[in-house]
Amino acid sequence: MSALRSRRHREWGLAYLLLAPALLIFAVFTFYPFLRNFKLALYQNPPYPGLPSHYVGLHQVGSVLASTSFHQSLVSTLLYVVMVVPVGLIGGLLLAVAAHKAIRGMAWFRLVFSSTVVTSVAVAAVVFGTLMDPVVGLLPWLGVNPHPAILENPTWALPAVSLIAVWQFLGLSFVIMTAGLQSLPDEVLEAARLDGAGGWTMFWRVTVPLLSPTLFFGLVVGTIYAFQSFGQIDILIGPQNSQFTHTDVLLYSVYQALSIQDNPGVAAVLSIVLFAILLVFTLAQLRFLERRVTYAGD
Amino acid sequence: MARVNFEGVSKAFDGVLAVDDLHLDVHDGELLVLLGPSGCGKTTALRMVAGLEDPTAGTVSIGDVVVNDVEPKDRDVAMVFQSYALYPHMTLRRNIEFPLRQQRVPAPERARRVEEAAGTLGLLDLLDRKPGQLSGGQRQRVALARAIVRDPQVFLMDEPLSNLDATLRIQTRADIVSLQRRLGTTTIYVTHDQVEAMTMGHRIAVMRDGRLQQVAAPQDLYERPANTFVASFLGSPGMNLVPASAERGAIIIEGTRIGLPDGTPTVAGPVTVGVRPEAATLAPEGIPASVLLVEQLGAETHVICALADGSRVVVRQEHRAVRPDLGESVAIRVDPLQLHLFDTDTGARLELGR
Repeated sequence: MSALRSRRHREWGLAYLLLAPALLIFAVFTFYPFLRNFKLALYQNPPYPGLPSHYVGLHQVGSVLASTSFHQSLVSTLLYVVMVVPVGLIGGLLLAVAAHKAIRGMAWFRLVFSSTVVTSVAVAAVVFGTLMDPVVGLLPWLGVNPHPAILENPTWALPAVSLIAVWQFLGLSFVIMTAGLQSLPDEVLEAARLDGAGGWTMFWRVTVPLLSPTLFFGLVVGTIYAFQSFGQIDILIGPQNSQFTHTDVLLYSVYQALSIQDNPGVAAVLSIVLFAILLVFTLAQLRFLERRVTYAGD
Repeated sequence: MARVNFEGVSKAFDGVLAVDDLHLDVHDGELLVLLGPSGCGKTTALRMVAGLEDPTAGTVSIGDVVVNDVEPKDRDVAMVFQSYALYPHMTLRRNIEFPLRQQRVPAPERARRVEEAAGTLGLLDLLDRKPGQLSGGQRQRVALARAIVRDPQVFLMDEPLSNLDATLRIQTRADIVSLQRRLGTTTIYVTHDQVEAMTMGHRIAVMRDGRLQQVAAPQDLYERPANTFVASFLGSPGMNLVPASAERGAIIIEGTRIGLPDGTPTVAGPVTVGVRPEAATLAPEGIPASVLLVEQLGAETHVICALADGSRVVVRQEHRAVRPDLGESVAIRVDPLQLHLFDTDTGARLELGR
């Protein structure tokens, strides 16, 4: 009995030893900043940089949450996520289904479809920025010329940046969906063919339900991705224009509070809100959807 | 119900022939077993009937219709897969009625037919469950129910028992046989298990390397194998094959002359002699051999012997017989009325002449 116990102790010791490097890295770069952030949120920065910050408890949290700019940022973020995730997921699924055929040259299409994963945000933003340019872009060439220009337009700026996010997410979504399609059991699909399922029935009644774990995974990944969009907004809109074009999504307002307004306290509050939203979303998705998802083999 | 006909059917994958010039007629209402080791082309042949593979050459017909260019769903065949291939997200009822829904069968008739099929296979109490909640044997019965509910012209079964444990396999085997005999639906059944083939098939078609070796009723196949492959593949253990030489009215194995009372070899010189384990006995006099291994199976014992030239002969004994020791020198007597002769080079069966 005691020999068994001491062996178990030794095994635990070894487990922690092997975990230690990873734990250390997490501790320094994730856990510490995470906890420090909560402390920052309780301190208010003075209006003039250089003066010491002082403890205000939850007062700052309340005032940020009550502010109009926060509300607007929250609405923009949700709109943005709603525009990016479903379109990106469905687009990726359709591309994956289209490319999931043994046709000569399909590998080339797969490469093209998945290439947006490895395109840097900055490059994508510059390319789309050029396309959307009011003078040399695609729209004036097509004879469409919104005023103000599309990226300075309170109505169109957010859809425009979400288009870039969709384009960028499409590659990842395509890769996820392709992997999902390739893991589907061939015999079930063949059984459905013999049972008389045509293309449409096959897709909706067999493929999509079998693919539901993959769709679910894509939904979680896509949502987190959309909440963390930053680059294209910073490059195409910038801090001066983001507020009046309604493109100051949460992550971008964290950046503005910290780097432009030099206010770590407000930035900390906003980032905690972002964290809380993502946490709730992820838990809700896991709980809510897991029950409706079909996992093969059970 | 219908006959199925393969007319010179070949199938190549990347230039390799999986099925090579297959001519086979499956009679209306029969259960034909396609038997062979893995990679012999039996599953490919079955999938060509289903329409899941296209023949490279030749024609496949169901009834009197050539189906080469007919879509799988329009062939009126139902298939049962080794992995069951149930729809995991649907209840059993939904699974079984899926093909009927595709045929737009009205709901009341659908319900009636699902319950009839489920009743036949003892699944009535499980109709609201999902496949994940069932055992392997139950899942395979659902797959069978999904096949019979359609009342198709042909059943195609691809190793449906291979994923089941031994006890369940024997039971499900009996279920499939009685179901097939009762429904009288033409069935092609693929397996690598010769016991399944012997017990289930009206006829067995043995395949090897894409080529059909022999088609016959189980007992005929066992008693008159067309070549050494069929001889050794059927039976458990398979037929013993030993080199011998033939002369007028007799054969000689390891210097022991065995007179043939019912005919004479039509060739002289080297031949391969086939002896079923039950046609050999340990006797005071006979072909000299030494005992390599003794396997006791309860009702019977297999004595595995080696001849002087290294070839092995299995002797089947009753369990009460005196068991020899390992390494012991023994003599094997073979029943001259139960010998099979094969051409040493081609392996083909040689009939005795007068």
